[in-house]
Amino acid sequence: MSIEALTVAPADLLAEATRLKNDGYRFVTMTSVELDQTNMEILYHFDKDLVLKNLRVAVEKGGKLPSLSGLLFGAFLVENEIRDQYALTFDGLVLDYQGKLYAETAQTASSSPFCKYHVKAEPDAKPGNQPGTQPGNQPGTQPGTQPGTQPGTQEGK
Amino acid sequence: MARTVIPFGPQHPVLPEPIHLSLVLEDERVVEALPTLGYVHRGLEMLAVKRDYNQMIQIVERVCGICSMIHSLCYCQGIEEMMGIQAPRRARMLRVVWSELHRLHSHLLWLGLFADSFGFESLFMQLWKIRERIMDLNEATTGNRVIVSVNVVGGVRADLDESQVRWIKDTLVEVEASIRSLQSTIMNDSTVCKRTKGIGVLTRQAAYDLGAAGPMLRGSGVAQDMRQLKYAGFDELNFEPVVETAGDCWARSTVRFRESLQSIDLVRQALDKLEPGDLAVKAKGKPEGEVITRVEQPRGECLYYLKGNGTNNLERVRIRTPTFANIPPLAAILPGLDFADVPVVVLSIDPCISCTER
Amino acid sequence: MKMLPTVIANLFGKAATRNYPFTVRDNFEHARGELINDIKRCIFCGTCARKCPSQCLTVERDKTEGVWTLEFFACVGCGVCVDACPVSCLSQKTSHRPVAVERAVITLRGKMPERPAKKGTPGE
Repeated sequence: MSIEALTVAPADLLAEATRLKNDGYRFVTMTSVELDQTNMEILYHFDKDLVLKNLRVAVEKGGKLPSLSGLLFGAFLVENEIRDQYALTFDGLVLDYQGKLYAETAQTASSSPFCKYHVKAEPDAKPGNQPGTQPGNQPGTQPGTQPGTQPGTQEGK
Repeated sequence: MARTVIPFGPQHPVLPEPIHLSLVLEDERVVEALPTLGYVHRGLEMLAVKRDYNQMIQIVERVCGICSMIHSLCYCQGIEEMMGIQAPRRARMLRVVWSELHRLHSHLLWLGLFADSFGFESLFMQLWKIRERIMDLNEATTGNRVIVSVNVVGGVRADLDESQVRWIKDTLVEVEASIRSLQSTIMNDSTVCKRTKGIGVLTRQAAYDLGAAGPMLRGSGVAQDMRQLKYAGFDELNFEPVVETAGDCWARSTVRFRESLQSIDLVRQALDKLEPGDLAVKAKGKPEGEVITRVEQPRGECLYYLKGNGTNNLERVRIRTPTFANIPPLAAILPGLDFADVPVVVLSIDPCISCTER
Repeated sequence: MKMLPTVIANLFGKAATRNYPFTVRDNFEHARGELINDIKRCIFCGTCARKCPSQCLTVERDKTEGVWTLEFFACVGCGVCVDACPVSCLSQKTSHRPVAVERAVITLRGKMPERPAKKGTPGE
């Protein structure tokens, strides 16, 4: 079973969110889900009269999405969190913590602590990460998926 | 005028929560507030890949101490929905009892801290004295004071016998009387009103647009309470969301005060509807698929996104806690306030930073 | 001023606190405290170690002897192991362990049951 969600292209995201806002929907939150080694999806949850409406946006690891925080200020915190944990960047964040919302050191695509699949560029170089989510502690689901796929994409943003 | 930046927190005499605010002041007036988080981030969501879905119950309880029961309730409901089972009626009613007791003691704790934030120590002591009765109820019926750990996938682990039901009802009568005896102090005392009325106003539109949750939203006049979703045993209970329209600190505190009385009423209703029956159904198989569940915590709406892949470990657990939603509104209402009012306003959102960061 | 009746009532009422180290409240009947293992009945199946959310239990065994280890500083007192134990040799006292200044683990050793094929029954 899966949740009802409207699949939206990143380019149409802002237009769709504006439409929902004008329809009287309240922004609830966003959820980042890691699908496989290269793909992620972001779910946007909106609520109106206790009914949730979800938008599903596909994005590549280390990719970029337009930020909702200009339209819905409430989104800035969760977008910064996703930037921290999954190293996705958001265009036009009104309050940008530069990947340092939780950790003192900025996270990059190779060190994003919540990703299960890592590019092992800098072996255990981030002391600021929380314990237990280091690249070494591979979850039991899919062992042997170490080799990364987008080694060069994390720089230059 | 020259601007000064005053650091506020993470250690602050009236604020027991590790949040840091950089307050940009012009004279004594706040012009900008920038929250900084990261003092208690534990990465609990990520533990889902290392612990199986049953062990996660105890882990999500530790997202927040005060609303631990409601966190695990939300999580278990999500897993139950994924597995296509429903907890027996008695279990659902018991879940209401304990979750409302949690709401009650959380609100009493907050009201006390709030009184403390403007220096009303005796009210603080009085409220915490009442709260201790609830903690005793929790410990006697479940085994632990705060992290009660009663939820399992499919139902609950603990039960109430006749004498306990009677004892809870008797205690609640006394608790209600002592809470009511403080009503005029909390709502009308001039000390309280001077520090809270008209301070930190969040308009209805702003609250809605900024995605505020819980008493923050209801204090601004939006009647939205996740218990209207009729989860657990709420489908059989009568209740109306508590709404205040002023949107200031006083409104938020009044919402919580009235909600604590409402919780007492809900516990009574749930206890009256308890019928003998099973405590849990057996959960078979592994969770698969994705599900979103929402419950109402003392601080507001809590959203869980769970994704299972048919193994023992969940693929993704995403927890959106109410304080997470209330920090943007906080950052929006702080500018324009007097510096002396900042602690009161920050406390008025009932911040729970370990919830926020998880 | 609204607080005055409460204050006066408190002034002449009974004290709300206890004289703690000298007067201690009785434990509640269902309180979940110290975890104990009746090692004579333990069959070293390892269910408790697998179920424990804080992973404070370890069970090791060979053909003749089993070792049950509890790192009680990591124990959160949830009682999941007690519910899961197939022979009910685990139980929780109503009191908590006294405060300790040194980290320690509890190691209990016991003989393996005579016939491990007899699953689910107490190997007495």
